[in-house]
Amino acid sequence: MRRLLIRGGRVIDPGAGTDQAADVLIEDGRIVAVAPSLAPDGAGIVDARGLVVAPGFVDPHAHLCEPGWEHRETIATGALAAAAGGYTTVCAMPDTDPVVDDPASVGFIVAAGRRARGARVYPAAAVSVGRKGEQLTEFGEVVEAGAVAVTDVGRSIRSSKLMRLALEYALAFDVPVLAQPEDADLARGGVMHEGVMSTRLGLRGKPAAAEEIGAARDLALAEATGGRLHLQRVSTAAAADLLRRARERGVRVTAEVTPHHLLLSHELVAGYGTEFKVDPPLRTPHDIEVLCAALEDGTIDSIATDHAPRTYDEKEQAFDDAPFGVVGFETAFAILHTRLVLEGRIALPTLLARMSTGPAVAMGLPGGSLGPGERADLVLIDPLAEWTIDAAAFLSKCRNTPFGGIQVKGRVMRTLVDGDTVWKVPAETH
Amino acid sequence: MIRSATTLGKDLIGLEPLSREQIEVILDTAEPFKEISERRIKKVPVLRGKTIVNLFFEASTRTRISFEFAEKRLSADTVNIGAVGSSVSKGETLVDTARNLEAMRIDMVVMRHWSAGAASFLAARIPSNVINAGDGAHEHPTQGLLDILTLRDHFGRLEGLKVCIVGDVLHSRVARSNIFGLVTLGAKVAVCGPRTLLPAGIEDLGVRVFGRVEEAIEWADALNVLRLQLERMQDGFVPSLREYNRVFGVSHERLEWAPRELLILHPGPMNRGVEIDSDVADGPHSVILRQVTNGVAIRMAVLYLLAGGSPDLAEAAKSGKGVRP
Repeated sequence: MRRLLIRGGRVIDPGAGTDQAADVLIEDGRIVAVAPSLAPDGAGIVDARGLVVAPGFVDPHAHLCEPGWEHRETIATGALAAAAGGYTTVCAMPDTDPVVDDPASVGFIVAAGRRARGARVYPAAAVSVGRKGEQLTEFGEVVEAGAVAVTDVGRSIRSSKLMRLALEYALAFDVPVLAQPEDADLARGGVMHEGVMSTRLGLRGKPAAAEEIGAARDLALAEATGGRLHLQRVSTAAAADLLRRARERGVRVTAEVTPHHLLLSHELVAGYGTEFKVDPPLRTPHDIEVLCAALEDGTIDSIATDHAPRTYDEKEQAFDDAPFGVVGFETAFAILHTRLVLEGRIALPTLLARMSTGPAVAMGLPGGSLGPGERADLVLIDPLAEWTIDAAAFLSKCRNTPFGGIQVKGRVMRTLVDGDTVWKVPAETH
Repeated sequence: MIRSATTLGKDLIGLEPLSREQIEVILDTAEPFKEISERRIKKVPVLRGKTIVNLFFEASTRTRISFEFAEKRLSADTVNIGAVGSSVSKGETLVDTARNLEAMRIDMVVMRHWSAGAASFLAARIPSNVINAGDGAHEHPTQGLLDILTLRDHFGRLEGLKVCIVGDVLHSRVARSNIFGLVTLGAKVAVCGPRTLLPAGIEDLGVRVFGRVEEAIEWADALNVLRLQLERMQDGFVPSLREYNRVFGVSHERLEWAPRELLILHPGPMNRGVEIDSDVADGPHSVILRQVTNGVAIRMAVLYLLAGGSPDLAEAAKSGKGVRP
């Protein structure tokens, strides 16, 4: 029997709502006890004094780029980079080449995920064949092969009828439909938020109304069908307000927001820096305010990285020509802890809940809890460690971060999956 | 007062970042250069030995030729590169194109590109001077400057002058450069056009918005009439060119309602009978060809200043008497 005692930490379990000085005893990859002063009884010891012990993070939205875009990331590099950010579970988006839309391609992701060291990898499959928005994929077969959600990620499903059918059909398999709320026609061609900044820069804007319209439609369909909807990458105050009202009516919906949408506004695009080119675009300071409040009160239950690796050459272009996307695994916790927790916007247990419990529930996956019998997927955090985000040190294949060079406080020190340490902060930097 | 020779910095990307003094230096420097184009021998040795590349990723006739005349009249050596038939069409990146040119030891790049921000992107990556000859819908600073020079020539002042830009402001880099430059210089600026062709938040740039061209005509001292591209109708921004002309076209009949004589500018090329009627374009208040003439002088001034020429020595530099940047 493999036994491990994580001793002397501040154990925060958002699943149980507890926050205590305690030890965590792990046997054969499962948590068996969380209590003060547990006896080691020959178990291996991890000294967690001064550290926060919490459920490993769960990312409902990551692009691991394999198959087809291996120059950006592979499942192996992505799983390890995720672990370096404290993630123990990631949902791999199906916008690969070929698209993950059949049992064989789902099986490929599952198998490659098992071989990879680091975070667990769960595939999401496309809602429609080839993400073309025309014909539903075989939900039953892709779920049987291991898909945990269906999504045409990055593309809103243009046909309201197809969206309705997807929500209804997914009910039989109890998987969420992950949807990008956006009116595609209204948003088409936009590369940043539509407003005075896009006007100044001469860049085509995506109006906030495009997201509001998309969210209203998707929420109406979720309400009408009773389907399980998860809104991806909410970026506007208007969509957050619609979400709040839908939740009050009891609509079955979960939602995610990214660290960059919580922290960065469209004014940063002023210098045409492609590290700020993301989809949906960075919005206004008002949107940021409302998103933070929605995160705090649980209207938005999940933080997603939307980890989207892009190579130096791909981003080293004029703004219009560069692809959307930023990497997110290795910065998410530190930047949110620094900018939201330490500045008093949200409490640390709330941040941890939105990074683990929220997305685990939304995706219907294990994790997000430290109860006895749970898999020992854990993150150990030093909340006082000060460091500088150095993109060159990322384990991801790509460096496209908007947070490079920023001083942060709070660092993931160790990540455990099934009780095994899959990543540990390098000794020389600690 | 000797004004600094490095007034403009390395590049001219747009008018938005320029101060009032910087814009005035360019306008003032253009004055002595106007005369060169009126000479029998239109050449001075100001930029002798300088190599300038005109890098046009988008088709252009007027701007490219205007720059080329300005360069040649200042005795620079010039090379023209268009997107078609060059390495650009073979998938070479903008950075690689520029670095290869750089390796051939050039001094300046004049660039037009379809992407907003392309000029500042290039300028940040090569040590040569970069002059933006139009980047997407962002800026076209030399066009803005020549429009402003033409207004100053006519009115003798810019402070308080009422200028209305009429038409497709949404897609227009000319409009943005005019707005930024004129607002900085203390002019009153308005835009007028169908709301579909006015960009979001335009009021926040310090301009008034007129929904009807009649209101603009009643208000303004000068109209800068923008080209309406035919694609705009296909894209649905306006239902038809016929209606556009009826509602927003600048016609002789409309101008008769003006309480004062209006100066008419147009950056060209014109769609006669769409945004502007021929009797206006060719009429007594049109300075459209004067703009084209001023364009050469403005570009000479910009080239001269970016090459390190002193604004106060521009007059002397023309004669070639020992004053070279």
